[in-house]
Amino acid sequence: MAAVAHAPVRGAELPGADDEATLPRPGRRAELGLLVVALAIGIGAYALVSIKVVDRLPGDFYAQALGFVAVALVAHLILRWKAPYADQVILPATLALNGIGLAMIYRLDLASQSSAKPHDLAGRQLEWTAIAVIAALAVVWFLKDHRLLRRYTYIAMLVGLGLVILPLIPHVGRTINGAHIWVALGPLSLQPAELAKIAFAIFFAGYLVTHRDTLALAGPRVMGLQLPRLQDLGPILVVWAASILVLVAETDLGTSLLFFGLFVAMLYIATQRFSWVLIGLVLMGAGAVFAASAFAHVQVRFDIWLHAFDTDVYNAAPGSGQLVRGLFGLANGGLFGTGWGAGYPYLVPYAFSDFIYTSLGEELGLTGMLAILMVYLILVQRGLRTALGVRDGFGKLLAAGLAFTMAWQLFVVVGGVTRVIPLTGLTMPFVAQGGSSLLANWLVIGLLLRISDSARRPSLAPERGQVAPGGILPDDDPTGPGALEPVVPTTPEAGTQVTEVVRPSPPPPPPPGDDANGEVARG
Amino acid sequence: MNVPIRRLATVVLAMVLVLMGATTYHQFFQADKLNNDGRNVRTLYRAYGVFRGPIVVDGKSVALSTPVDDPFKFQRKYTDGSLYAAVTGYYSLVFAPTMIEASENSALNGTADELWMQRLRQLVTGEQQQGASVELTLDAKAQEAAAKALGDQKGAVVAIEPKTGKILALYSSPSYDPNQLAGHDTAKVNKNWQKLLNDDGSPLTNRAIAGDTYPPGSTFKLVTSAAALESGDYTPDTVIAAPHRLKYPGSSKELKNFADEVCSSSGKMTLDAALEMSCNTAFAGLGVKVGNDAMVEQAKKFGFDTPLSIPMTVTQSHFPPTTDDAELMRQSIGQGDDRVTPLQIAMVSAAIANGGKQMAPYLVDTVRDSSLRVVSKTSPSTLRTSVSEHTADELKSMMEDVVRSGTGVAAQIPGVTVAGKTGTAENTPGQPPHAWFTGFAPADDPKVAVAVIVEHGGQQGAEGTGGATAAPIAKAVMEAVLNG
Repeated sequence: MAAVAHAPVRGAELPGADDEATLPRPGRRAELGLLVVALAIGIGAYALVSIKVVDRLPGDFYAQALGFVAVALVAHLILRWKAPYADQVILPATLALNGIGLAMIYRLDLASQSSAKPHDLAGRQLEWTAIAVIAALAVVWFLKDHRLLRRYTYIAMLVGLGLVILPLIPHVGRTINGAHIWVALGPLSLQPAELAKIAFAIFFAGYLVTHRDTLALAGPRVMGLQLPRLQDLGPILVVWAASILVLVAETDLGTSLLFFGLFVAMLYIATQRFSWVLIGLVLMGAGAVFAASAFAHVQVRFDIWLHAFDTDVYNAAPGSGQLVRGLFGLANGGLFGTGWGAGYPYLVPYAFSDFIYTSLGEELGLTGMLAILMVYLILVQRGLRTALGVRDGFGKLLAAGLAFTMAWQLFVVVGGVTRVIPLTGLTMPFVAQGGSSLLANWLVIGLLLRISDSARRPSLAPERGQVAPGGILPDDDPTGPGALEPVVPTTPEAGTQVTEVVRPSPPPPPPPGDDANGEVARG
Repeated sequence: MNVPIRRLATVVLAMVLVLMGATTYHQFFQADKLNNDGRNVRTLYRAYGVFRGPIVVDGKSVALSTPVDDPFKFQRKYTDGSLYAAVTGYYSLVFAPTMIEASENSALNGTADELWMQRLRQLVTGEQQQGASVELTLDAKAQEAAAKALGDQKGAVVAIEPKTGKILALYSSPSYDPNQLAGHDTAKVNKNWQKLLNDDGSPLTNRAIAGDTYPPGSTFKLVTSAAALESGDYTPDTVIAAPHRLKYPGSSKELKNFADEVCSSSGKMTLDAALEMSCNTAFAGLGVKVGNDAMVEQAKKFGFDTPLSIPMTVTQSHFPPTTDDAELMRQSIGQGDDRVTPLQIAMVSAAIANGGKQMAPYLVDTVRDSSLRVVSKTSPSTLRTSVSEHTADELKSMMEDVVRSGTGVAAQIPGVTVAGKTGTAENTPGQPPHAWFTGFAPADDPKVAVAVIVEHGGQQGAEGTGGATAAPIAKAVMEAVLNG
């Protein structure tokens, strides 16, 4: 009886889920459900660490938990209102990671209370979380259409370069722990390079979408490799070289590597030339070998990586002590971890930032870490799915670039602490302590949400093989694989216009920022 | 552009899989190796962060773990640190544990096989894992009396219950406070260690069982007497040669008595009288008469040259065989190459007190798990028969004479018959001799056997003798047990 009674209900639910994209205004119920899970993970962890370490809930636990819930709820409501079609997994996944990070930072704060150097980082991190989420929501709210950003291709380049150079300017730059990657902003210290990655992603996307054909096809062939013309590659190389040089001066290898990965990935997406990846890898390898031989601190990093367990390297300063202690932490965690608050993550220097992965690994165990990596994987794949779904080339490049940045950053950080690659100073997105990183990565989330809204928004313009409402068949699929960009003037002015969506239907390409794509078609 | 994006998605998947693989490698495949790395302080935390059981003397915890707010979670405390240091030893982060802390480690930290039920219960109920408590045989009053009587003199006291082998007192002076080495501040512990190590009194040496062994001096005459009586050729009344001086064979040197005194104007005396006044020439000659083989065998029967643990390993005492009669003469009066621990000398007295049956000395009486269930209880066991009951009776009456009217009168306890033997052992040339006393009381129903050594005559220095320096200490310890 029960089965019979249930069958129609289930049947009724299915089309709703499948055809969500065609519903006028999706309820975002999936997001709401996932948010409950994400909040439970984060707030539960926060409560557990406190109970385990100091035998009681944090002093203002209920207020903070309520605040966290409120932030999530507001984000959810704003998405419902301003980006109803946006991906429903991105926000909960990000909040879950953010919550886990907050709990671990708070746990390390508690452990530090009985030490010589007590710190209170979780409070700051919570404030930054609020700021970052608000910033991400502001992106969703005020950026009506991601294609608007294409107007600012070259401004983005300048902003990116400016942000990267900023720490080197006297009185603005600050040196913290030997890295000149900070700027003082009143009482705050910021790592502008974190924000620069977004600017560069916008620049690369804007530039590459305009120049991808000439880059891919116009160059000479050398040994079976299609090489680009220097004049096409020039601006990118200049930007890239400038940022790398500055980063070398700032001794920030991690960010250098981050930009490099972003650059190679976006170039590959734009040109679909494997030769680019190859060139990129060769450049990276050459750069690494050069850096290792030319800079003592890079040489040390390589030694630490390759000979981590040698007594000499272990005892050296800087040596592999931190790295190996992190591995000891992972080993102590084993399969199931010690449980929240029951391990010794604070034995590793910078357990709350660079080494938060091993801190989590110790207390959550291998199972916990695989789950966390899985959440990252889902998050990045949702970003790439957004890139697949969005209809304009700029959006594709931007979404894929930003999504890949998160994956790449994760790989560089976690690969560093697990000895897959040499250790460099990058933060684990959303989890590690650090306001700049949190802000930058939440801005990435804001952009991805914005792009995904337009990717999943049902288009009344005809898809391939469909008949448009007007009954006119499209004569070209502008976004199909291998499709050429429409041969329209690619002057810089034109390049900033949304030109690739050439539709045969009467309405002219909508002006950027016009959210009324559907309205026009309907009209 | 979708094809490269799809490929990039595959690359991202591969990247995350690599990270998962690397994490699995460290957390699973390499975990054992990393956890056992000597540099991994977490291993220490795990090993030391256990709620160790207490060490108990007379119902009072003398070593116990209390919860503290640091990574080790528990701090080992010694309530009467220096009083029991020679028994408890220390439990240190920096240095390997010693004494009971070491030999009963698996019971104290709860990992002993016998404690599996406790571990199972704690696992199921989720209660704090706690080690077993180790109850010692020590008599707190005897221990305190030993420490008080020795004062700041270098030396050691061992007291044994002859009928069971229970060790009632075991004290080494100067002592140290194990709390100094049990702290969690490793730099401070190292500093304290250096200080103790450089201390002239070498307080870390357990003189009672594991120090540099001592020449037994005249206390060894008990063994020589036992060998003679066991041969059947002698009784306490047998008259033996007791010349003023005894020439070493093949040498112009002579063996003298203490202070070059004359034992007997006739040059002869009974064995009983010789022991009473501790006549060197008489016993040196007796040893040679009894012969090397009989002497070696008798020493072995008292436990010389035999491994022993109580449960800490005791340094072996030695009576080396010799073919040189001059050496045999010296060894027969407890000089030469004879080497003993105070525990060994106490065991000689205890065996005589117990009718010739030597009981295995032991310190751990009962081990109880955290719910106070008895996990193990040591039952007294006979180590060996040192002498026949007849010989034991003869030795006992000879030792009574020593205390009644001989060199050991200072050990007399009013109303109690005490049996004993003094010793004044020459050691390093130019240094005052060690003062010894061993004995037991009451002689007719022995409750306690003791051995006392005061290095270099203690406060009395060159004036110190076994009778003057060591006997009063032995008396104090025996009284403490008897009045217990």
